[in-house]
Amino acid sequence: MPVSLKLENLLRMEHLPHMWCPGCGIGIIVKAMLRAIDAMGWDPRDVAVISGIGCTSRAPGYLNMNTLHTTHGRALTFATGFKLARPDKQVIVISGDGDATAIGGNHLIHSCRRNIDITEIIVNNNIYGMTGGQYSPTTPLGAKAATAPWGMVEPSFDIAKLCIGAGATYVARGHVGSGVQLERLIRGGLKHKGFAIIEALSNCHTQFGRRNKLSDPIELINHIAAKTINVKEAAKISPEEMRGKFAVGILFQEEGREEYCEAYNRLIQRAQATLH
Amino acid sequence: MSNSQHLGRQIEFMPGNEVVAEAALAAGCRFFAGYPITPSSEIAHHISKRLPEVGGKFIQMEDEIAAMGAIIGASLCGLKVMTATSGPGFSLKQENIGFACMVEAPCVIVNVMRGGPSTGLPTQLGQSDIQQTRWGTHGDRPVIALAPAYLDEVYTETVRAFNLAERFRMPVFVLIDEVIGHLSERLEIPDPSELEIIDRVGPNVPPEEYIPYDSSQSDVPPMAAYFSGYRFHMTGLNHDRTGFPTTTQSICHSENVRSMRKVEDHIAEIEKFENYLTDDAEIGIITFGSSARAAIVAIDDARQRGVKVGMLRPLTLWPFPEQAAFELSKHCKTIIVPEANLGQLIYEVQRVTKGNSEVVGVNKVGGVPIYPGEVFDKIVECSGKK
Amino acid sequence: MQDHYEARFAAVGGQGILLAGDILAEAAINYEGLYALDSPTYTAQVRGGPTKVDVIIDKNRILFTRTTAIDFMLCLAQRSWDRFGYDLKSDCIVLIDPFLVHTVDRNYRVYELPLIELTKKEMKKMVYTSAVALGAMVGLTEIFKPESVVKALLKKAPKGTEEANEKAFKLGYNSGRELLK
Repeated sequence: MPVSLKLENLLRMEHLPHMWCPGCGIGIIVKAMLRAIDAMGWDPRDVAVISGIGCTSRAPGYLNMNTLHTTHGRALTFATGFKLARPDKQVIVISGDGDATAIGGNHLIHSCRRNIDITEIIVNNNIYGMTGGQYSPTTPLGAKAATAPWGMVEPSFDIAKLCIGAGATYVARGHVGSGVQLERLIRGGLKHKGFAIIEALSNCHTQFGRRNKLSDPIELINHIAAKTINVKEAAKISPEEMRGKFAVGILFQEEGREEYCEAYNRLIQRAQATLH
Repeated sequence: MSNSQHLGRQIEFMPGNEVVAEAALAAGCRFFAGYPITPSSEIAHHISKRLPEVGGKFIQMEDEIAAMGAIIGASLCGLKVMTATSGPGFSLKQENIGFACMVEAPCVIVNVMRGGPSTGLPTQLGQSDIQQTRWGTHGDRPVIALAPAYLDEVYTETVRAFNLAERFRMPVFVLIDEVIGHLSERLEIPDPSELEIIDRVGPNVPPEEYIPYDSSQSDVPPMAAYFSGYRFHMTGLNHDRTGFPTTTQSICHSENVRSMRKVEDHIAEIEKFENYLTDDAEIGIITFGSSARAAIVAIDDARQRGVKVGMLRPLTLWPFPEQAAFELSKHCKTIIVPEANLGQLIYEVQRVTKGNSEVVGVNKVGGVPIYPGEVFDKIVECSGKK
Repeated sequence: MQDHYEARFAAVGGQGILLAGDILAEAAINYEGLYALDSPTYTAQVRGGPTKVDVIIDKNRILFTRTTAIDFMLCLAQRSWDRFGYDLKSDCIVLIDPFLVHTVDRNYRVYELPLIELTKKEMKKMVYTSAVALGAMVGLTEIFKPESVVKALLKKAPKGTEEANEKAFKLGYNSGRELLK
């Protein structure tokens, strides 16, 4: 992961090189996140990055900020404690697809519903990488996984739709084929007051690709990129034409709905007013 | 944070669960996350009203696991935190309890015990989680569990739970049961100025020199809060003093041993128990919580009949008052352990009395507390006289 | 009052009877200088199911948390008698509403007072049942000075209902006294 001198301030250089496989998409996504944080002009002492378990969840260890590596699926619950304790600070969660939508699915939908001001980046590589290539809630139908040797029989989650349905007020999707777009989408999430989700379609050539004739990282990234379509273009085509494709860009944004911590602070004011 | 004046009011008659909530506020609790579960819910009811009044925050999370995660998160940002639960919820929280031990996050977990296993008896008592409290999460970790029996004690022990959590950077459990949680009785709440309140020790070095698990001065490393200018990493993985993961066996071993020492080396500071008529006792009783309130009546009745019986009542179930139990066993041919389960604390009593006494249980499940008569009958049976 | 006293208020959920126990206990603590403990029974159903509250009053600190020899029992539903009519002393005073409770063990000192009808007729609102019942209990047992219980009752009463609560208590109290004649 080549870094500009400026981003070195956001990294714990002494902990590099990272533990991800060569060619892994997580590096691209983390870099896009760092550039977005840098662009916000935030003091890294005011930023927390929290993760659960999985390959993606190792990212916070490399970041020179307030970082916490929690239990499988639960990052958002810890992040909720962070944000309520310090609503004045920035809280980011970074998760994989299994972490965020399988074991952590309950926390995901309820964080959306609360509209708490946390930005979550979900690295969706369609597989459990760290634990050995088992199928996840986003493994495509028919694809092979360590626990789907005969092909995936379960339908997938559409993470973005799930989050929109659950009440997130900023939902975007990008992919590892375009780091620049990802950075822009993440920046939009960081700027947004409320719960923001950025789904980043990513490659796990080691666990997903190897089992599905896409073991070359470039080939897999190209494969992912080929399935994406800009959200504006997507609006013009029929559902049949959209089948198997993923709209990218800002898919949903709602400003003005009250953020959870602000609502709670108003509650505190009401409670205290009754005492006087 | 200082106590609000509002807390200084004298409360004389209230249910045990509300006493827990008021004591937590007096101890400085400013964050509570929970999930509805009987018979602990009234703690959440009461504190959800009271926390905002003192500028604190309450959140009802989507499940028990989430509630545990949220309080650890808020604790790591510098707040004093608590959650409350019962049986099934306590089971669900175990993984994150282990996480709190691993990152050394102070927090208080109240368990208003009910009958089990599984859904069991939601509205009725059990003293079901004595061993789960000790061993519930995977791996080895220190445990402090307090078991008050009277509502005055519920207040003071809840305050002490916060102090111990902050002092030793670890989860501390308050174990009460449905009977204690739901009964109301006369209690005297100490004036806030009389309460000893302990806060966690912060770092005395600048951020660039801060080492999150620096145990060179104490087995309890000074703790910086997130967002306080100190940037650091915490993980549930085995880690070295810097907080970063390691698989070096010697470091994993020594850090785990250090975490155990936080309790093992401070027994005198943590341990609390009450001896009742034990000096000349030939029959001993060891019990706690609501069962102890039956035992004490039985002891008075038996004494009137000339039976030399006395009680050791641990207020700290973990660490268990090992020495006191051993001393009792030296002059008691029999030790009776009444508990509202099918035998949990009895294993610890057997272990620490080293065969000096015959150890027998009075056990009852099904939601009805052990009655004084049942303990009395066992005393009579063991004394061999009617 | 004797050194140790146990009272049980049994009804079905929703009759507001738990409150009567609280008020009696608070009267003991705040206005009689005694110790008191009350423990409600929590059943799965809160409304409509049999429910009770047990109150223990003692000159000394109360040790055991449950009643074992009940001096007084109020019962407002047959189902509640069937479920909770145990642990009574042989000379226990049992106060029942004869319209709601038909079968009780008549070996106890059973008194009948149509509490619900009385409340309906005199107070118009059923929320005052607990105050009427409490008054009847105090009138019948003379456990405390009525003033002590009235003070505790008024402390608990919602604002604006003090007068009606006091009236309800007196109604019950006088009816309780009548029963002794």
